[in-house]
Amino acid sequence: MFFYAVKRLLYAIPIALGVTLVSFTLVYMAPGDALSAIAPADAPQEVIDSLRTAYGLDRPVPVQYGLWLLRAVQGDLGTSIASGRAVAVEVLSAVSNTLMLAGVASMAGVLVGCVLGALAGYRSGTAVDRMATLLSVIGVSIPHYWLGLVLTIVFSIALGWLPAMGAGADSSSAWVWDLAHIKYLVLPAATMSVIPMGIITRTVRALVSEMLSKEFVVALRARGLSEAAVFRHVAKNVAPTVLAVAGLQVGYLMGGSILVETVFAWPGTGFLLNLAIFQRDMPLLQGIILVLCMFFVVLNLIVDILQPLIDPRMVRV
Amino acid sequence: MEMDMKLFGSRWSAWFLSVPLAFIAITGLHAETVARYGISMADIPLTTGQPDRGAGAYQFTGHTIYDPLVAWEANISAHPGKLVPGLATAWKTDPQDQKKWTFTLRKGVKFHDGSDFKADAVVWNLDKVLSDKSPQFDAKQSAQVRPRIPSIASYRMVNDYTVEITTKAVDALFPYQLPWFLISSPAQWEKVGKDWSKFATQASGTGPFKLDKLVARERAELVKNTAYWDKSRMAKTDRIVLLPIPDAVTRANALLSGQVDLIETPPPDMLPQLKGAGFKVVQNVTPHVWPYHFSTQPGSPWTDIRVRKAANLAIDRDAVVKLMGGLASVAKGQVDETNPWFGKPSFKIGYDLPAARALMAQAGYTKANPLKAKVIIAQGGTGQMLSLPMNEFVQQSLAEINIQVTFEVVELENLYLHWRSGAKSDMNAGKGITAINLGYVTADPFYALTRFADSRYIAPNGVNWGGYNDPKVDALLDQIRTTFDVKVQDGLLAQVHEAMVNEALMLWVVHDTNPHAVSPKVKEFVQAQHWFQDLTTLRM
Repeated sequence: MFFYAVKRLLYAIPIALGVTLVSFTLVYMAPGDALSAIAPADAPQEVIDSLRTAYGLDRPVPVQYGLWLLRAVQGDLGTSIASGRAVAVEVLSAVSNTLMLAGVASMAGVLVGCVLGALAGYRSGTAVDRMATLLSVIGVSIPHYWLGLVLTIVFSIALGWLPAMGAGADSSSAWVWDLAHIKYLVLPAATMSVIPMGIITRTVRALVSEMLSKEFVVALRARGLSEAAVFRHVAKNVAPTVLAVAGLQVGYLMGGSILVETVFAWPGTGFLLNLAIFQRDMPLLQGIILVLCMFFVVLNLIVDILQPLIDPRMVRV
Repeated sequence: MEMDMKLFGSRWSAWFLSVPLAFIAITGLHAETVARYGISMADIPLTTGQPDRGAGAYQFTGHTIYDPLVAWEANISAHPGKLVPGLATAWKTDPQDQKKWTFTLRKGVKFHDGSDFKADAVVWNLDKVLSDKSPQFDAKQSAQVRPRIPSIASYRMVNDYTVEITTKAVDALFPYQLPWFLISSPAQWEKVGKDWSKFATQASGTGPFKLDKLVARERAELVKNTAYWDKSRMAKTDRIVLLPIPDAVTRANALLSGQVDLIETPPPDMLPQLKGAGFKVVQNVTPHVWPYHFSTQPGSPWTDIRVRKAANLAIDRDAVVKLMGGLASVAKGQVDETNPWFGKPSFKIGYDLPAARALMAQAGYTKANPLKAKVIIAQGGTGQMLSLPMNEFVQQSLAEINIQVTFEVVELENLYLHWRSGAKSDMNAGKGITAINLGYVTADPFYALTRFADSRYIAPNGVNWGGYNDPKVDALLDQIRTTFDVKVQDGLLAQVHEAMVNEALMLWVVHDTNPHAVSPKVKEFVQAQHWFQDLTTLRM
């Protein structure tokens, strides 16, 4: 198992390098000029040229990539052209806000998805199944942006129960886990949780329904095991696939949602990414893309390591 | 006994009365007034002295924390403001050499950190943005302001309260450049370890507000500077909290739910809801125009003045204003009709389809032989208003007079590249692009007229995008540069504007009105006819 984990870890290194290369190249291929983050629209060419030199953007792209990578492996993601702040600090602050939001949304989505999916799987073909399936289809299909607005209109404007935007009455840097702050989390987390909830409900329903028709379940019941004990066996067999799907969904959420974070002015990675794209702030954009991609790499690594722990047959050679 | 009871009663009632009175005295009279302002930007503009994010950012972290040498009168709404003394009490040119300007500085002004404002601070700040050899040079601030103060050739301190600035050529319009140049505290920069990123959070200027708190992308808190030198411009609110909320619907929701007290640019389709909930929509004439800037280069269909005029007569601008929910005003030229530079153009811009069709017919375009033109537009962004619906409206209107417009839609930052490179460049002419749609700030003579009408600013030397070249207009602009009487100057600027309109240099559609939606809690907010707004007028 140890060697398996080390091997998976080593696989992650070329993937991460590939990610840096692709993210750097994509950002450079996009139309626009990095200096538009800093220079006024009508800045004369001499100003733009002097800025290009000042920010090292006049060097060949491979040289820029090499220098950036050299700094990145030391934890220095450069400086945002637009704000002048360190990219690592900017991204770290946004990531912590997104983690908070995505953590709650993931828990809600996975938990509700598992419960609804299991209920639907156990009660296949009944009204409960149809209701759970309907909810999952709604969850997968509903546009985030629209749902966020509707929730805001109902709970913030009409009822006045929850704040419409922001990450605290002060700022996210002063966040504490009390009721006053948690209120700011409810609407964006609820909005964000519907897609994983829908996907996991469908996955769990299909798996549980299929598992219940297997011969080993009939055998377990024939031996007189209680339904709770049978459920434990079913859950254990379903868990690796659900874990893989949940891992991907959590990865998506950790990446932040540009739409949800924009609708709720939540200062996370999605909000920051949006800002960096529109400002053509290339160092910031590269830093965010790298960190978000690394989320997926690390999450996949965790899932790869966890799956064999649950089911030893899944160790891949 | 009865006496005692009365005495007892009166003492107790007096005591009971005194408690709330004391409470009011302690808390009520000194309760801090706070205005929470939802701004349309995605981040707080730079707080080091020269704000980024365009002209609209100066009202937030520019003219609040800092002062210019020459200021813009922004605390009036009934008429356009004018240049007024700022940190300089007077300015004049040397009669022997009109390139030399002498500025007399205001005495007794202190920076927020307590250091004195003197001539050395002005020179230090000019070095900050113009001399890349100086230790305090800041590329970010320089990039913001260098294009705004292009006339400065050199500068020197004459004495503690006098500064001399020499311009590259005689330029009577030079004072208009100075409201953009703001003065940061050299002493504070030294104190924070000569580090502009630290200065950003511990900013120090001479302005009516001090920066109390800055959280990137989330908020900036400005508190009233009780020691401000201009007593007529003391802030009427103790604290202003700036909250970046880039999404218009989110901003409106924040206002409706009571999280903010006023917002910039409410979404037009939410105006009925906002008004119905008791919020007020404030707007005013604003130096901005939403045009199609024509290419007059060989090969462009817009080289024919009849076509340019026909296009200007084909747009029902009132309908565009309606499309914007009333948050715009009809454009009949580069500047608003009430502007002293508007003049009396002989070509009257309006909605006259028969006249437009007749002009097109004269130019040889019919339904069977329509004019085809490609226009580059942005999908949205600052100054672009409701870009796509408005462009579609113009497209349909022009189709009525046999002009078939196709769009090249790009992001705003990309559009700027096309703009700076000019109509003649490969990226425009090479792709068949013959007009560009970009919202223009028209705040001063250079921004409104010179940069578009002067042939010396034909791209890539400037943003005379289409290549307009009229020696008479060039001569007028030269005359303006050597005319120091403001009234005569205004008259000459009006002649330039008349020429632009008579030549139908652009297809002018509407002006932005810089709308704000404000809560009933806001008792006063003076909206100036400018992008520079004076937040000292905000009263809760």
